[in-house]
Amino acid sequence: MSGHSTYVPKSAVGKWFESRLPIMGLIHSSFVVFPNPRNLNYFWTFGGILAFMLVAQIITGVVLAMHYTAHADMAFNSVELIMRDVNYGWMLRYLHANGASMFFIAVYVHIFRGLYYGSYKAPREVLWILGVIIFLLMMATAFMGYVLPWGQMSFWGATVITNLFSAIPGVGEVIVSYLWGGYSVSNPTLNRFFSLHYLLPFMIAGVVVLHIWALHVPGSNNPTGIEKKTDKDMLPFHPYFTVKDAFALSCFLMVYVWFAFYIPNFLGHADNYIEANAAVTPSHIVPEWYFLPFYAILRAIPDKLLGVLAMFGSIAIMVVVPWLDTSKVRSGNYRPVFQIFFWLFAINAVILGWLGSKPPEGMYVVASRICTVYYFAYYILVLPLLGLFETPKSLPASIADSVLGKGGSGSAMASGAAASPSTKG
Amino acid sequence: MKSIKTLIAVVALAGLASSAAFAQSHEREIPPRVTWSFSGPFGTYDETQLQRGFKVFHEVCSNCHSLNKIAFRTLAEKGGPGFTKEQVTALAATYKVKDGPNDAGDMFERPARAADFWPAPFPNKQAAAAANGGAAPPDFSVIAKARTYERGFPWFVFDIFTQYQEQGVDYIASLLPGYEEAPAGVTVPDGKYYNKYFPGNIIAMPPPLQDGAVTYLKGADGKPQAPETVQQYAKDVSAFLMWAAEPHMEQRKEIAFRALVFLLVFAGLLYFTKKKIWANVEGHA
Repeated sequence: MSGHSTYVPKSAVGKWFESRLPIMGLIHSSFVVFPNPRNLNYFWTFGGILAFMLVAQIITGVVLAMHYTAHADMAFNSVELIMRDVNYGWMLRYLHANGASMFFIAVYVHIFRGLYYGSYKAPREVLWILGVIIFLLMMATAFMGYVLPWGQMSFWGATVITNLFSAIPGVGEVIVSYLWGGYSVSNPTLNRFFSLHYLLPFMIAGVVVLHIWALHVPGSNNPTGIEKKTDKDMLPFHPYFTVKDAFALSCFLMVYVWFAFYIPNFLGHADNYIEANAAVTPSHIVPEWYFLPFYAILRAIPDKLLGVLAMFGSIAIMVVVPWLDTSKVRSGNYRPVFQIFFWLFAINAVILGWLGSKPPEGMYVVASRICTVYYFAYYILVLPLLGLFETPKSLPASIADSVLGKGGSGSAMASGAAASPSTKG
Repeated sequence: MKSIKTLIAVVALAGLASSAAFAQSHEREIPPRVTWSFSGPFGTYDETQLQRGFKVFHEVCSNCHSLNKIAFRTLAEKGGPGFTKEQVTALAATYKVKDGPNDAGDMFERPARAADFWPAPFPNKQAAAAANGGAAPPDFSVIAKARTYERGFPWFVFDIFTQYQEQGVDYIASLLPGYEEAPAGVTVPDGKYYNKYFPGNIIAMPPPLQDGAVTYLKGADGKPQAPETVQQYAKDVSAFLMWAAEPHMEQRKEIAFRALVFLLVFAGLLYFTKKKIWANVEGHA
């Protein structure tokens, strides 16, 4: 995909094949000799972790689909059969259900890393927008996947979310009836959600290829946010970053194992172990944790249409972030005022998540509104204005200088912390 | 070793903090924590407790509650109550199930086999509701995971580290003996009961257990294995329901430990490999 095409096949068969389909050369230039900035910290390992999670979800999901029955009368029971009678079925299901959460943990770290280090800024706008598309596809996939066990929260979550589309003037009702395949969430809904839940991950995989392609044109951003000056700034992907990514992935997998094997239901809802029943509404309908901040934004606004617009807008606005941020400096490490607003934004997102899990009443609504205002203000006011008024710290002369610099911040990479090489030293 | 000690310290601290959670006041009474043999990273089911719990279920609960997703054979499977195959076959034979059609096209009844699923006490939900004052008794297959109470912040964060996930069984173990006189000002409709742990407090199920209602097997000293009290029955049947909801829990936790040890060693090796590879890069440790 770019990088130096230095691949020379050693065997005769290799030469024969390479002259007909140069795929080994592509892999070699993209993942072996591809130059990466030498100062990447551990936040840059989450791209690899996400690739792993996508593959893990597809593999566990394909096997689960062999045992699952997408029918309103049988889905709940077929999931219990997987849990009880399919060999290691409980493991597949718990890995898949918790895998979705791990996928979102990793993607949120990945997104916040991009926001902090200004990875969305030119020339990486398309890369960033492809990422937003992947995020949207992930949300759609996860939502439909949660409907498949056909528990109470599956059913009522689907009812609440699909009903949101009815707020769209004119075509809303039509869209909703196409989503339902009927006049309410019922068997046809489950069938089409299963079909789409199987389809979307492969669309994600397709956009991931574009995402990596768009990454390999300018190469990775890095903690200093400055571009490569000489080859001294870079290291080949293999072995330096393969081993680093592998180490980070192993640590991440420990968290995954902890959840999937020790507390597999911690991130779920007890109500989803009750079979879907259209006649009984759960006392309090809550989406999965990774949707909660957006759910809080939806409920913060008293008008249904405006609430829906705000919720979708909260994701759509990320598309224009590259143009909202006016700062000449990419990395938050050199933007002292930005750092304050950024961490407020991160804390704000967590609080929104907590508010999304609370009933929409009293102080919770007030707090949701304040947090929603800050969420949008960060994008619409803070990012454009800060670039105009903030005086950034002086940047290092090069990536290599930031590592070898006088400040003695040489161990920044191995420490795993957000490397903040002080240039003043 | 150090990390294990740290982990234990963290777990202990978080445990202390989360037990303080119960001092908090809530709309609905918070079920007290029960010490279960199956909690924690090395938890296993207590076979004799599951057998006692099964006896309570069999003699009391199963008169009204179904256990649709459990086949008789699972009672003899590893990590469960540990009945023998012969016991399970004999037990199954005491039930009749509908089968067919046979070659003549007729449905017929036959004694249940170990491979059959637990027969429901009522033919359908409407019959169950009609026989129970309008409220169909819920199925028990996954009820230990289908009930919970809200932990609230910050306790739910500590639960990640302490692995406290027995909210459902704790709730059931408190609910069963949790009947009492309604406080002044609360009117209980006819045919309903007051239970301090039930959401909304008005429950359709009459108090199901009485002291001495189920006879436990006698130990070597001629005394029952466990006290024949409502409290003990409630705990034992709750443990049984936890097993019914999560029959592969022991295997799951065994695999968890092995996977974590493997990953710990593997990540350690990768860490040193990484250090070695990066050692020749100027400016990196």
